[in-house]
Amino acid sequence: MSAHKIPARIYYLIFATLLLLTMITVEVAFYDIGILSFPVALGIACFKSTLVILYFMHVRYGTGLTGLFVSAGFIFLAILMVFTLMDLNTRDWQVQPDESGISLAAPFDHGYGIGKQLR
Amino acid sequence: MSEAHSGLVAHQFETAEQQRETANLGMWSFLITEVMMFGALFTAYGFYRTKYPAAFAAGSDHLDYLMGAFNTAVLICSSLTMALAVQAAQHGKRKGIILFLLLTILLGGVFLGVKVLEYADKYEHHLIPGIHFSVDSSYAAQIELFYCFYFAMTGLHALHMIVGITILGILVALSHRRRFSTDYYNPVEMAGLYWHFVDIVWIFLFPLLYLIGRS
Repeated sequence: MSAHKIPARIYYLIFATLLLLTMITVEVAFYDIGILSFPVALGIACFKSTLVILYFMHVRYGTGLTGLFVSAGFIFLAILMVFTLMDLNTRDWQVQPDESGISLAAPFDHGYGIGKQLR
Repeated sequence: MSEAHSGLVAHQFETAEQQRETANLGMWSFLITEVMMFGALFTAYGFYRTKYPAAFAAGSDHLDYLMGAFNTAVLICSSLTMALAVQAAQHGKRKGIILFLLLTILLGGVFLGVKVLEYADKYEHHLIPGIHFSVDSSYAAQIELFYCFYFAMTGLHALHMIVGITILGILVALSHRRRFSTDYYNPVEMAGLYWHFVDIVWIFLFPLLYLIGRS
């Protein structure tokens, strides 16, 4: 078998990094960094996932074809998210939230049939 | 490569290596469909969170972030033991496979146990969306929506954990019967991919559900 045997110390190193990043995620959440807090939390989560995919899931040591499959999967995920949110967030049937961030008026009631009123 | 026709390589494959590669690609295809399924939930979550940021922060405030952080650590530990189980399989260490798989199952059990405590707590505080949902807030409906996402996403994740633990249990039994060797351990490796995927989902769920508006 030519399966790549990764030394155990790499696993321990990744493990320690993941735990450290989890602590950083919790720590950062309590600092007031305003609008940055969401992208920072998401960025750390993406970085952690990349470590898991590359090392624990062996994609780094796998064939190019596996790498292509995995990348394609995440490109499709990006299409799903970006295009859906782009569409939803640019429609004029949206009521902008007030300063508390809440729009209590029936926000989508324009005959589209979704969420006429949450309650 | 002389493993061909040794009985370990199914007859459509030339070599064990080719068989392993094929299994790997097949597993990734499946995992990508899983990514898309969770991805749809995350997209919906993202949309409503941008609509109702204050309500989502208020909902998140009712969650115990320490339990979430503890569970994150437990899952990362279980990912390590799973990786070590696959490594033991690569080196043909049968006892190592069984030990690390059992540890992974144990950690998965701890995760689900904590989840049960959390769900029970939400039940007691009337935070389960439905007829008895009640929070003292002028935007209770939007907070209820947050809890819909919380239960849908963590519930689907927990279901994957239960499936994963079942698969690992079967692998322990197969390993006990000496069904794996250095030439053939595909099931252990594929179960590993699945387990790590479930870990990745939680890596995103934890900050997105537990840590909103804490500052």
